[in-house]
Amino acid sequence: MAGTAVLGRLTWRAAELVDIVVETPRVKTLGFDVPGWPGHRAGQHVDIRLTAEDGYQAQRSYSIASAPDGTRLELTVELVDDGEVSPYLTEELRAGDRIELRGPVGGYFVWEPAQGGPLLLVAGGSGVAPLMAMIRARDAVGSDAETRLLVSSRGWDDVIYRDELERRAGDRLAVVHTLTRSQPSDWTGYARRVDAEMLAEVGPGPGARPLVYVCGPTPFVETVAEALVGLGHEPQAIKTERFGPTGG
Amino acid sequence: MSFVSRGFRGRRREDADPSRVPPGQYVTRDFPVLSAGPTPHTPLEEWTFSIVGEVDEPRRWTWEEFRALPSEEVTVDIHCVTKWSKLDTTWEGVSVDTLLEGVETSAEHVVELADGGYTTNLPLEDVTGGKAWVAFAYNGEPLEPEHGGPARMLVPHLYFWKSAKWVRGLRLTATDEPGFWEVNGYNNYGDPWREQRYWGD
Repeated sequence: MAGTAVLGRLTWRAAELVDIVVETPRVKTLGFDVPGWPGHRAGQHVDIRLTAEDGYQAQRSYSIASAPDGTRLELTVELVDDGEVSPYLTEELRAGDRIELRGPVGGYFVWEPAQGGPLLLVAGGSGVAPLMAMIRARDAVGSDAETRLLVSSRGWDDVIYRDELERRAGDRLAVVHTLTRSQPSDWTGYARRVDAEMLAEVGPGPGARPLVYVCGPTPFVETVAEALVGLGHEPQAIKTERFGPTGG
Repeated sequence: MSFVSRGFRGRRREDADPSRVPPGQYVTRDFPVLSAGPTPHTPLEEWTFSIVGEVDEPRRWTWEEFRALPSEEVTVDIHCVTKWSKLDTTWEGVSVDTLLEGVETSAEHVVELADGGYTTNLPLEDVTGGKAWVAFAYNGEPLEPEHGGPARMLVPHLYFWKSAKWVRGLRLTATDEPGFWEVNGYNNYGDPWREQRYWGD
């Protein structure tokens, strides 16, 4: 595959925080205006850079959650308790503040509407962010690519983009939740970690040759990718992205 | 064009020697995992390591033959392009110098070949002269599959994607052939001290 991700140098740009959406008690979506933003493909990420008054800097990578939309960019950030950057982004940063950002980065874990479907998207927790960018990009161009999204969350209140997913779901987009720790009293859905049986039920099966994207914490991605290969999906058709609280 | 981020103080690691942490990196005690697809599981009886390409004669070792080669224990700092660095990691592996001993080549570049189709390219001089190993143990234990076992490259002076997991061979080439991440936006060389993360860095 030829690289079309970036051409020339990725320069640091000033990004102004425009709005904040509280997704769950621990997760916020930050909407930035980034003048000069060159556009991106669903699944790509950005690097952000913070500078303290004494010149100390910290950088981290975040997946882009929004579909391409001019100079607007959304990042969905989960608070990592002992983290360095995520507490600042989720608790300190307010509208009007500026941070430095560069991107888009990454040319592999991407989906463009022209690639079509079927799509199987499997998310663990905040790993849903780049998959949401794919769903939004799909809807933005009116693609009818058959898409199944399986999201694993701890509880109903931990489901990121819950209402929007419900709104977007339809004939060609199935959204399936599994709640691994606690479930509402009337819950009839999955209530366990993602396993091969669940993946087989959600489908599409290997015969349909879906493009598969898996994103979440490392143990989640390892388990899901292994189960998918076990079901007969081509390893080459399975693209993975791993999130981990590693000081984030 | 850096500017101060209002209210950001950061959390420096007091116990890490700053001269060992490249720009934009932070020190972690974890060993995060990054890979583009499912973890391959090649049985040791099917595993081989090959030297191919611009060589007088291709070389190939079975796992048994490979493990019979002289190996070295090395303790090095590693730096991932996703921003984490891990200091004083201890590996055991076969030096690439050992694998290339007696190989006649006019090649100036090398492509690491790994299970799953992953490739990464380097100048040949970056894997010779005691700078690179094919590592099979980490912290005294066999290398876990998710960290690249049974064997991975270890080229610690470059960003860690240049150290291919599940490595199965080296292809020596006359011309530079950008690998998997290198065609997907990542820097062709990847020196962490010059912060060569992406194209154009």
